[in-house]
Amino acid sequence: MVASFRRARKGGVSVTFGVDESRVLRHVLGEMVELLGTDAADSADEDPLAVAVGIGTSTKAPADPALARLFPDGYSDDPDASADFRRYTETGLRSTKLEALQSALATVGEPGQRVTLTPEQAEAWLRALNDTRLVLGERLGITDEIEEVIASLGEDDPRLALFWVYDRLTYLQETLVQALWSGP
Amino acid sequence: MVVSVAPVEIEEAYTESLVVPDKPWVTIVWNDPVNLMSYVAFVFQKHFGYSREKSTELMMDVHQLGRAAVSNGTREEMERDVEAMHGYGLWATMQHDE
Repeated sequence: MVASFRRARKGGVSVTFGVDESRVLRHVLGEMVELLGTDAADSADEDPLAVAVGIGTSTKAPADPALARLFPDGYSDDPDASADFRRYTETGLRSTKLEALQSALATVGEPGQRVTLTPEQAEAWLRALNDTRLVLGERLGITDEIEEVIASLGEDDPRLALFWVYDRLTYLQETLVQALWSGP
Repeated sequence: MVVSVAPVEIEEAYTESLVVPDKPWVTIVWNDPVNLMSYVAFVFQKHFGYSREKSTELMMDVHQLGRAAVSNGTREEMERDVEAMHGYGLWATMQHDE
């Protein structure tokens, strides 16, 4: 059985993950927490006072393309303004994304156990699933035609497993959007 | 150093009110191969408070034309919108309205 999010009372949602799904989710969400947490810890030259008020020293897009996708430039055609924008937003965005991932990780639940999420927890899941798909998409080189990419891989290509994960997360996110979206 | 903070803020707020509010900045959301169409429209409705219809139209513009101007306002307002879009994982930038 494949899990999907369903609308629950008071704007919340509920979901029941199977054994494989909960294991895979814990794994990928854990990796995301590591990815977002480690990179920040690497910046030994951060000014502690600036960090305390949420201002980073980083003015360039992250070298890792997946992180660069999570933290893109803020201005279409102004590198200097983008650098400033990054200094004032990246630290805060990083913590918000980390919190959403950690919240999702904490509410995967036991296999077969129905989990009911508050609207806030559901939104954390929405952001966490999206960021995880963005990183996987970058790693897998996903373009508009995902079927073409998959077809180009050999049967024993290790990336096939990642494509499967990506596909599961896409389905889960779609069901979550539908469960949350009730507005006119 | 603490005392200087308040006067600077007041001065900025005062200057702000003198600027002609001609909304010269726009937030652009760009198409990307990962974000779900439903999710993008949902984010537009949630963040900007647009109707489902308008949110869906804007999402279709992003999808079919590659980009859409989703909001306009002062530079500070657009920085907040772009930051919020990045928070949702949408690929957004701001620029002077042409």
